[in-house]
Amino acid sequence: MLENFFYVFIGVGLVFDLFGCIGLVRLPDVYNRAQAATKCVTLGTCMILIGVAGIGFIGANWQMGLKAVICAAFVLLTSPVAAHAICRGAYISGVPLWTGSVEDAFADRAQVIRTQQTTEGSVQSEEAETT
Amino acid sequence: MSVFVQIALAVLLLSSVLCLHRIGRGPSAPDRTVAIDILGTLVVGFCCVMALTTKQEYYMNIAIAWALISFVGTLALAKYLEGRSYDA
Repeated sequence: MLENFFYVFIGVGLVFDLFGCIGLVRLPDVYNRAQAATKCVTLGTCMILIGVAGIGFIGANWQMGLKAVICAAFVLLTSPVAAHAICRGAYISGVPLWTGSVEDAFADRAQVIRTQQTTEGSVQSEEAETT
Repeated sequence: MSVFVQIALAVLLLSSVLCLHRIGRGPSAPDRTVAIDILGTLVVGFCCVMALTTKQEYYMNIAIAWALISFVGTLALAKYLEGRSYDA
């Protein structure tokens, strides 16, 4: 009975995964795609992992359960960090927003970061020339 | 539960095909990077379902290692997109 509960967990996680990937295909913009896919797939994979952990603990398979819990914690911590890094890199490398976007709060800060990068690059090239 | 496992593997395969579609179509490099990141997370779920099916623990080792390496690779690609060196 309790095992069926964890199978339901795995099923809901699979549905979240599928919807996240549909969002990855259907949405119009890098940033929309990144947020839709990252949220849905992170939650879906964590639910699959927690379901597998529960089934492992019920079957007295402690190794599998503990490894699944560790993996769930790791995915939950690292996947949003990776998506944030990708979106920051995308904005700084100049990918345009969707034409229907209404708010662009990162524009000034991104401009500052770009100018810092260009000045650092010129300093580094001068050092390379002198040495 | 074999029908459940087959449906689960089919759903994960369909999700992976959608990710591959975005990797092929994606108009810019960050699109492809996001899709690669999502594909790595899907492979972790795939390994979990395989561990459940075959009752072998080493699939969970594969899942943990894949999550670690996918994270590091995604951060390296993000640094490359940002136009900076890898150690700054």
